[in-house]
Amino acid sequence: MTTDYVTFGLELATAFFMLVGALFMLLAGLGALRMPDLLMRMHATTKAGALGSGVIMVAVALHFGEAGVTTRAVAITLFVMLTSPVAAHVIARAGYFTGTPMWSRIVRDELKGKYDRDNHTLDSPPRYKPKATAETSEAPAANTDTDKKEP
Amino acid sequence: MIDVVLWISFVIMCIALIVTFIRLVLGPTLPDRVVMLELMALLSVAFIGLYSIKSGHSAFLDVALVLALTAFLAAVGFARYLEKGGLHDDD
Repeated sequence: MTTDYVTFGLELATAFFMLVGALFMLLAGLGALRMPDLLMRMHATTKAGALGSGVIMVAVALHFGEAGVTTRAVAITLFVMLTSPVAAHVIARAGYFTGTPMWSRIVRDELKGKYDRDNHTLDSPPRYKPKATAETSEAPAANTDTDKKEP
Repeated sequence: MIDVVLWISFVIMCIALIVTFIRLVLGPTLPDRVVMLELMALLSVAFIGLYSIKSGHSAFLDVALVLALTAFLAAVGFARYLEKGGLHDDD
């Protein structure tokens, strides 16, 4: 009697995880079709795709219920979760530096003009400059104000 | 019950694959197509998982693991080719 309940619960959990994983994969595909931009498309596909395949591997592990199958499912999930961000980063970087057009209504591109494409270095941001030059370059307006008020 | 859910999941995954393929054909630039190829590989991994449930053979999971590995290597190779070689849009 109890084993019936256990097998029914396992079957229910397997069905639930299969359906959720398939829906996440559909979400990834729809995001890939509908998003306007390479970076937004990657935002949809890499995360939802990795989660969907991971959830389906959970369903596989629950369905078989053996140690070997569970180990392989965990290995696949871990591998996808390790490699998917790396591949996304590499492709996004290549797409950005080969001049893939961005969305027309994008607000700002922080990296634009701050990256040297020849030797692949960033311009140093202000907080890495020596303290004296940062103060003299940033604070003249405030200094003149206080100088005028003090006498 | 699990057979019905299995078929529903297969149908949903087929729709996702078709939608991804539409973007693969439409995709205006090469990086878009590389991203869609990687998504299709992930979809194939999930498909193999579903099929191993359907058939009852767990040996298919090895194929899924190898496919994920190959897709990662292909994505990295494509990206390196895009960045280091070939024609650039801004050249």
